Amino acid sequence: MRFIPLASPSAARVGLITLASVAVALALCALIFVFYGVSPAEVYSTMLRGTLGDSIGLAEVGRRTIPLLLIGAGLAIAFRAQFFNIGGEGQLLLGAVFAAGTALFIPLPGPLLLPTVFIMGALGGGLWALIAALLRRLNVNEILSTLMLNYIAVALVTYLIAGPWKGKDVRGYIYTDSFPDAANLPVIAGTQVHWPTLVLGVAVALGLQWLLGRSTFGYALRVVGENPGAARYAGISSARVMTVVALITGGAAGLAGAGEVAGIHHRLLEAGQISLGYGFTAVIVAWLARGNPALCLITAPVMGIILAGGDLLKIDLNMPFRVVDVFSGVILLCLIASEVFVRNRVVWGARA
Amino acid sequence: MDNIVVEALIRALAVGTPLLLACLGAIINERGGVVNLGVEGMMAVGALAAFAVASSSPDANLWLAVGASMLAGAALASLHAVATVTLRANQFVSGLALALIGTGAAGLLGKKFEGLPLFNKVADWNLGGFVINPFTVAALLLAAALAFYLNSTRSGLTLRSVGENPAAADVLGVNVGAVRIWAVLAGGSLSGLAGAFLALSYRASWADNMTAGLGWIAVALVIFVGWRPLRAVLGALFFGFLYYLQFRLQGNSPIPTEVFNAMPFILVLVVLALAGLRGQQGDAPAGLGRAYVRGER
Repeated sequence: MRFIPLASPSAARVGLITLASVAVALALCALIFVFYGVSPAEVYSTMLRGTLGDSIGLAEVGRRTIPLLLIGAGLAIAFRAQFFNIGGEGQLLLGAVFAAGTALFIPLPGPLLLPTVFIMGALGGGLWALIAALLRRLNVNEILSTLMLNYIAVALVTYLIAGPWKGKDVRGYIYTDSFPDAANLPVIAGTQVHWPTLVLGVAVALGLQWLLGRSTFGYALRVVGENPGAARYAGISSARVMTVVALITGGAAGLAGAGEVAGIHHRLLEAGQISLGYGFTAVIVAWLARGNPALCLITAPVMGIILAGGDLLKIDLNMPFRVVDVFSGVILLCLIASEVFVRNRVVWGARA
Repeated sequence: MDNIVVEALIRALAVGTPLLLACLGAIINERGGVVNLGVEGMMAVGALAAFAVASSSPDANLWLAVGASMLAGAALASLHAVATVTLRANQFVSGLALALIGTGAAGLLGKKFEGLPLFNKVADWNLGGFVINPFTVAALLLAAALAFYLNSTRSGLTLRSVGENPAAADVLGVNVGAVRIWAVLAGGSLSGLAGAFLALSYRASWADNMTAGLGWIAVALVIFVGWRPLRAVLGALFFGFLYYLQFRLQGNSPIPTEVFNAMPFILVLVVLALAGLRGQQGDAPAGLGRAYVRGER
């Protein structure tokens, strides 16, 4: 088997191979389910029926799509710059922490509170990602550093809710007091879809697409990502681009964290309850979108179905929620393994 | 006082053992030029495979359990080998996928083993008053053997050449792809073995997320010790000692527990930053992290 490079693969080729790799991934997951002792048909039909089959299911998908869209769009930018941010989880949590701190402790007039909550959330997430960007200047691989920062963020949240921020009237529970009403986001009636964050997510995805494709910074970012040598030659500072990229990708994740606490929980609580693995799942969202923030508008709901479906598998089939990690991991592996087929033609047999 | 020193050493060796085993594994594949961030996942499936075999009957063969763990680790690593060596996928992202698949699949398939008893755990050896775990002995011997292999054997030289300069190795007739695939499989089997230690001895049980980030620390350890097996012994002891401190100081100090829980991860960042400041990344195999494509520069 030999690979012959293609100058510029067509959109159809990219789309087809992406779909094929997802199909292969779902087949591989099916194999694992057989091993687990449950029929793959039952797994997939449970997931689809409970998510796309009725309005409650759709609302559950929608709720999970919001953070996936925000984090995914930011990650798409990061991946284009070859900044492999795996710390969406930690950045979301820091966003939630900053947002909760603002909502709980900063006395602001009603209409100013929510915008400040979001801005502080973005700041928290952005600063957390910035640590990784600065460490990268010391040659610390950002996959490792962002992952470590995830663990540290979890510990920080636990410390806050069990210690200094523990609510006054929550007795044995470990979480903060409820936010004041002015810090709570409106939802679509009867669901947990906090629509202002969803609107924000759509705006971020489209805005980042514009930034990537139409702005000078986006151009610099793509050059740094695709050809660091050329970037250096052209006088583009990689380090500076990475700093801005980190602030953007972390900031988007921070917005997601602010949305989760202000829209759903109305307080800061355990890390595992704030994020259902959004940071990791968003990696797949960005990769499926092939680094195009706007395409996350399609890929985020797709992964939202898998996250919501994972919950159904837990309830209906009594499977551990870990099943979501299996989906994410297998889809990611198939996607990156398919890259070579996007960029190359395959020729069978030995060299002619 | 003496007792505390001995206790600290014993505890540091215990936590250091899985770190050392996984780190040695990662050194093998990284010296061959392939980064595998999936250690956490390979450890998890290794632990599950070992526990599944060992808990199957009261007189289950523990050697078989250990073998199963290495096989499971290598099996998961084979996905990485195909993706990164054959299909030239990004090594870092593939490793991340591997970590997700490994911890996910282990958590899924291991659910029925949660809370089950282990009939016969791997017992410690008592060497003239000094109690030591067989896995620890194996890890120390492996470190010495790996150092000898890399520095003093022809095959070790081949492995290093594939990691440093795959194009030159290719010209000399070395099958770069095959060497790298074997290195990834060997690395995976040692990560699996690290999992076996957790499941058969250290915790002697199965629980979801029992690897608790040890795999990621092992990955960072490789950089910290500059890709050298003998230094890995000291590095693993150092981190093992940190875990001991965390265990000792918890609850006995005004510092909140969460700080201790986060400590190993903070330390990894500090250690990596220090390694970067000292320019230690320069010790990395020159071809590390890049797929080898013949004729491409």
